[in-house]
Amino acid sequence: MSISFTSGSELLSMCSKSNVKIFEIMLAREVYLSQKSKDSIISEMQENLSVMKRAIERGLTEDIRSVSGLTGGDAKKLRYYHEKGQTVAGQELNKAVAAAMAVLEVNGAMGQIVAAPTAGSSGILPGAIITTAERFGKTDEDVINALFTASAVGYLITNNATVAGAEGGCQAETGAAAAMAASAIVEMLGGTPAQALDAAAISIKNILGLVCDPIAGLVEAPCIKRNAIGTTNALISADLALAGITSIIPFDEVVEAMLKVGKSLPCELRETGTGGLAETPTGRQIRERIFGDI
Amino acid sequence: MDYSVFDIIGPRMVGPSSSHTAGAARLGKVARRISGNDVAQVTFTLYGSFAKTYKGHGTDRALLAGIMGMEPDDPNLSSSLELARSAGLVYEFVISDAEPPHPNTVKMMITGSGGKKTEVVGSSIGGGNIKVVQLNGLAIEFTGEYPTLVIRHLDRPGVIGDVTGLMGQFNINIAFMRVFRHSKGQDAFMILETDNVIPKKVVSQVRALSDEIKDVYLIEAM
Ligand code: SF4
Repeated sequence: MSISFTSGSELLSMCSKSNVKIFEIMLAREVYLSQKSKDSIISEMQENLSVMKRAIERGLTEDIRSVSGLTGGDAKKLRYYHEKGQTVAGQELNKAVAAAMAVLEVNGAMGQIVAAPTAGSSGILPGAIITTAERFGKTDEDVINALFTASAVGYLITNNATVAGAEGGCQAETGAAAAMAASAIVEMLGGTPAQALDAAAISIKNILGLVCDPIAGLVEAPCIKRNAIGTTNALISADLALAGITSIIPFDEVVEAMLKVGKSLPCELRETGTGGLAETPTGRQIRERIFGDI
Repeated sequence: MDYSVFDIIGPRMVGPSSSHTAGAARLGKVARRISGNDVAQVTFTLYGSFAKTYKGHGTDRALLAGIMGMEPDDPNLSSSLELARSAGLVYEFVISDAEPPHPNTVKMMITGSGGKKTEVVGSSIGGGNIKVVQLNGLAIEFTGEYPTLVIRHLDRPGVIGDVTGLMGQFNINIAFMRVFRHSKGQDAFMILETDNVIPKKVVSQVRALSDEIKDVYLIEAM
């Protein structure tokens, strides 16, 4: 049977018609599209989850330094800080953020990660989902289901807008990752499909318009810290939705607005490394130090 | 479009950049395939953004890793320079300021163990996707997204029909097919991108089809 949906509202009506969750629809869709067995698809996702966990572990325990020498070691710093005592934003939040930063630091050091949906935003999904799952005593199976929920939202954003910083700015990359993570957490913790999409919509709205301006064109700064705030964004959006707060603008319309905003961003603010923070005196200095005068 | 779950959460890759690292590794790997998996010596000429920013993205390590046969998610990718040296693979990186067709472009000049030369030019076009744009000086085009057969042959009547007939016998559906040549009657390339996996034995059968067929390379879908 063909299983296809191209909008959030379509997805929601499929969920309510068959009384299933988002992850179940996404898994069935993948079985249909790939002609592979459910088991082999799940074990492929399990492999992704293992790589995510390994990246977190490495970033939190090893001495990580990026190829350019610009970044590394901050995830570990945050881990020591939150393990030592009180933090401003809370232990659990800091733990999730440290995990997200760990993944991005490993990425910068030519370590193995899973693009989710991109390399530059690859910390948010593991940071938010894996630490939340641990806290709530969820199994790997729950997390894998959550990753299918996340990919449904990521698919809708990719299909109807973009997840590329070069096209839509950082709102598209870290915004999509946060939306994916938020919806996944909502479903994992028992929220409804509608609540999951509300959480996704809220995540994107929170950072609508965020530009992409990587220093020296490298996926390091501000990217690592934007994964920190993206994780925070995902967690608070999930809480809002689970509290029953809805998004005034529905998910599909938020995605459309995000695309329009992205298109209206000038080229300098879409991953060219020629605007925003990249073009500050310090940003320029760093670029010259790494690449010479270009 | 029919995005798979693993287009969204995936690929597994070695960072930092899908275009400058993962795409570069794929380009190296395709070039290795076209060389018949025989690379004794290689010169990479980097153009555009590859030339300017390769240091910060590990593009050099990724290209070399690919040419040694590593996948874009191989954890050893970052040690490829050292691994190449200990394997006795001779490599060189040249920076060019010539204007490339695409910002992220590399030319790979490969010399095989028997002295055979293969020159592949390709671009990393975003999100880890690539495009091969030139082969032994001839402008061609394929992406490596589909199982691909690259066939070097003499430009003679009937050769193309023989090849497509054989594909039919194996029940392989051709999604895209293009023919490129320098000039009439000379060396030409036929590129077939297919919907189905191409079994290895097809390669030897294509080669055996006629004397006009000089080389056949199979590039598995990425
Ligand atoms: S600033 Fe640009 S490169 Fe960095 S995470 Fe955001 S979108 Fe990606």
